[in-house]
Amino acid sequence: MKLFVSEGNPHCLKVLAALEVTGVQCSVQYVNHEEKVVPFLSRPVLPALLLPSGLHLFSSNAICRYLFEVSGQESSELCNQWLEWEATDLQPALLQALHMAVLQGKGSEVSKVLQGPLKFLDQSLTKGGKPYLNGDTVSLADLVLWAALYPVLSDSSLALGEHKSVNSWFDRVASIHSCLSAAQKVLQGKGLQGMKSYMQRQPAPQSNQCRDTQPCNSNPAEGEEGERDFSEEEMEAAALTWSKGLSTSPVVTDRQHPILPQEGKRNILVTSALPYVNNVPHLGNIIGCVLSADVFSRYGRLRDWNLLFVCGTDEYGTATENKAREEGLTPQLICDKYHAVHSSIYKWFQIDFDFFGRTTTEKQTEIAQNIFWRLHKNGFLVEDTVEQLRCENCQRFLADRFVEGICPHCKYPEARGDQCDKCGRLINAVELREPQCKVCRQTPVIRSSKHLFLDLPKLETQLEQWLEKSTSTGDWTANAKQITRSWLRDGLKPRCITRDLLWGTPVPHPDFKEKVFYVWFDAPIGYLSITANYTDKWEKWWKNPHQVELYNFMAKDNVPFHSVVFPCSLLGAQDNYTLVNHLVATEYLNYEDTKFSKSRGVGVFGDMAKDTGIPADVWRFYLLYVRPEGQDSAFSWADMALKNNSELLNNLGNFINRAGMFVAKFFEGCVPVMELQQEDKRLLALVGWELQQYIQLMDKVKIRDALKHILNISRHGNQYIQVNEPWKKIKGGDTERQRAGTVTGVSVNIACLLSVMLMPYMPAVSQTIRDQLNAPQSCVNTMLQGTGTFVCSLCAGHRIGTVSPLFQKLEADQIEALKKRFGGQQKTPQSTASPQPAAVPATAAADEVAMVNGVDPEKAKQLTQAVAEQGDKVRALKAQKAEKAVITAEVAKLLDLKKQLALAEGKSPEPAPQKGKKK
Amino acid sequence: MALRELSSLEKYLGLKKPNKYSTQGDKKVPVLQNNNGPPLLGLATIACHLVKEAKRPELLGDTAENRAVVQQWLEYRVTRLDSCTKEDIKIILKDLNLYLQDKVYLAGNQFTVADTLVYYGIHPLMVDLAVQEKEQYVNVTRWFDHIQHYPGVRHHLPPVVVLRNRIYTSRHH
Repeated sequence: MKLFVSEGNPHCLKVLAALEVTGVQCSVQYVNHEEKVVPFLSRPVLPALLLPSGLHLFSSNAICRYLFEVSGQESSELCNQWLEWEATDLQPALLQALHMAVLQGKGSEVSKVLQGPLKFLDQSLTKGGKPYLNGDTVSLADLVLWAALYPVLSDSSLALGEHKSVNSWFDRVASIHSCLSAAQKVLQGKGLQGMKSYMQRQPAPQSNQCRDTQPCNSNPAEGEEGERDFSEEEMEAAALTWSKGLSTSPVVTDRQHPILPQEGKRNILVTSALPYVNNVPHLGNIIGCVLSADVFSRYGRLRDWNLLFVCGTDEYGTATENKAREEGLTPQLICDKYHAVHSSIYKWFQIDFDFFGRTTTEKQTEIAQNIFWRLHKNGFLVEDTVEQLRCENCQRFLADRFVEGICPHCKYPEARGDQCDKCGRLINAVELREPQCKVCRQTPVIRSSKHLFLDLPKLETQLEQWLEKSTSTGDWTANAKQITRSWLRDGLKPRCITRDLLWGTPVPHPDFKEKVFYVWFDAPIGYLSITANYTDKWEKWWKNPHQVELYNFMAKDNVPFHSVVFPCSLLGAQDNYTLVNHLVATEYLNYEDTKFSKSRGVGVFGDMAKDTGIPADVWRFYLLYVRPEGQDSAFSWADMALKNNSELLNNLGNFINRAGMFVAKFFEGCVPVMELQQEDKRLLALVGWELQQYIQLMDKVKIRDALKHILNISRHGNQYIQVNEPWKKIKGGDTERQRAGTVTGVSVNIACLLSVMLMPYMPAVSQTIRDQLNAPQSCVNTMLQGTGTFVCSLCAGHRIGTVSPLFQKLEADQIEALKKRFGGQQKTPQSTASPQPAAVPATAAADEVAMVNGVDPEKAKQLTQAVAEQGDKVRALKAQKAEKAVITAEVAKLLDLKKQLALAEGKSPEPAPQKGKKK
Repeated sequence: MALRELSSLEKYLGLKKPNKYSTQGDKKVPVLQNNNGPPLLGLATIACHLVKEAKRPELLGDTAENRAVVQQWLEYRVTRLDSCTKEDIKIILKDLNLYLQDKVYLAGNQFTVADTLVYYGIHPLMVDLAVQEKEQYVNVTRWFDHIQHYPGVRHHLPPVVVLRNRIYTSRHH
């Protein structure tokens, strides 16, 4: 056992005194202050005790406690309490006092800092009426406190005032020989000055260093906002703003399509990542892209920015081709069908696109081929041969998902050509063992095929220059910057842009006639072509980096394609393209305690949300409330019910409803006269402040954080009503009735402000509030201008409409039922070997749910018949001992029919045909 | 906060009769109203008292060394964790990460009340971490995930999602 101490360190006084008092055998080593004794602490901390076990104790109190215990003196609870008080209350004050006395020469001011703890100690000693803290004998607590206070109490120049009990206690402990000798060892008789070199190495104390320890994940809005103080001037300014009333500027008119960039306006182009067409989006997709982009777009329009929001379905690729084959349709028909599914889901969620297009259009071909030729001409494309599997029977190369085989890593028998569903590793198709063509089940052969590559290394310097500028001037989320950096750090490699497929944009180069563009090259061009389908003047948006600011919304898995690969295509094309200025990427939203998974069908999917009977606005609210902003978060049914009931119903809805009801009940539906008092002005200042915070956060796309300030406002409002009790005052005399009027009037105006702030989040509720209040349309474009102005928009005499409750309670049994209904099969453990299919989310209750996609009872009936017939046929062939190849082919047909049947019934077919496309 | 922690701790310890608490001062230091004596003051002190009341002395450490280690981390909780600034957070996580490198629990191989209280105290920090930071402090994250799933510990706190597969080490090609 070894004790490490340093001279002039007041904490060492404690342990040396304890060592002497207890007489424990232990070697002592003096080191200097900077010596790092405890291996796991980044800052040098002394004293430290190396225990026989090899562990280090680094807390002086714990060391003292240990020394006392091994000498047979266990500490009592009272003793614990003093030690805790010493560490949490006395030490911070002492540190500050010593800092002032030793380093700043402000010895005379020390008593202020120490007054509190000394008084507390004095009172406790007086009240106890015993010579020592713990009674009649000296204890660990006496020793620790005495040693802690020794530097200040032994210095008479500090004038700490009269603390009779403390002083006599202090002298009593000092008379123990070991204590004074320890003090002599540490301070060398130099008093406070003996600690100078130690104090100089300590970080300056902070007087008020408490951090908000409220956990913030689940409840960003519940943080106890300390009472904010406003000066007279601030309150008067708030009252002045309020009195200005609504602006007389013309009311925002309806959008005139096509929206084009305008001189002198802030021109904002918003895109959300293009959802892949044959996957039904789940809640995570919705919050990650379209919903976030929608909230920001709605907000931007309120701010009077000239804004265009485009999105569409990404439709090319093997996944669609496979799906088509499975369903016996053409790829185009599959796309048409699922495009409609997407449209209806987003419509239900009230995603207000200016245009929702698709990638399988002529414009796509035109623009993609144009970019291709430009890249070609500028020398950014290189040719290379790639070894690929080819099915001689089908006469084609088997890209990605057209081949299956045994995973070379984990031996999973149904690994696909690009990735194994079981171990998740990326696979090069030629590495698959026992590969099979997915169409005819023949064994393919390895052939080489010529492909074109985008020469990313050649564009790297240009890219880095642009990134430097874009990330430093724009609002890129931290994860977006981080992911981009890690790509660049690993070095860029040429990326293949062509594919041996049918369903894609054809490569126009004559040497690559049979090929199409790889989706990662093609899909982002969709943003341009979709805009081109919206307006012929699309280049005013996309070839106009000086006038246009581009915002890309996506989940983080999509970042590299938007920050590295697509910008390289556009930079290499050298056609003055608009590149992304603000890249907004969310983290992942989990479902309950697991992941949403397209392939395993875990989670709530877009088309089911409306079957829950919960309004779209409530879904929007909750998804935005748990938006994975800066960290992963989780969707949970129980939490959704809780937030609905606590935030929407009890806080927001309750306030707005009460404000409106008071006007209706007490003032015959007319807003009463308001005479503002100090308290009201204070509230106006507070609400104004919250509004400004909201605007600052929304400008930076901190959508979840901004929502917190809306809820804060209604919390303030509820408190204001609660304190002023207008329902009582209305029954009082004239002054009291007047007061009730002011409180009601201010409250109903706050409700009006809330409706505006809510508009991006809950458009329908927002409109309902304004309808109920009969609010003038101009309130919408007044209050969110500039840094935010909270004005009186419902003046005295304004007649409101009919007020009714905005939200409904979500009952526990209702939520339990929903959880069950959507959760049955979703408890599949993550390690399950057989993944489930993509497009049709497997829910236990799928047959109860009116599914938009796939489920078709009529078709199911026909297929049941077909399965039975095919089954008979196979059995007959087997009985006849027919050729193996013939039987295999018929079995394949049977399996396919069964799959289709399962899909038609909305169940999960067993072997996984595919998974969501990996871009 | 502290009161909710104590009530969670009571539940974990299986104490049937909930104690009466109040708080004192700006920092809301918890106070236990004790029937058999003067009130007890301070989170760590009360927590140790509850452990004794529940007759679970092993939770305070099974050897003198471990008892000192437990008290040290309880003190760390009420000093370093409860008053940390933004700059402190990184140091705290880094230090703890190194400390936990070769340990299952704060006191070595044995679960103690220090794990519970440090878990409660570090929860707000963990909630704020991005995925890549959680990966950076992998030992803290492992320990934290272990404690939050320790039967009966979590109670009043929401679970923090910890991904088991690493995202940020592998390359994205």
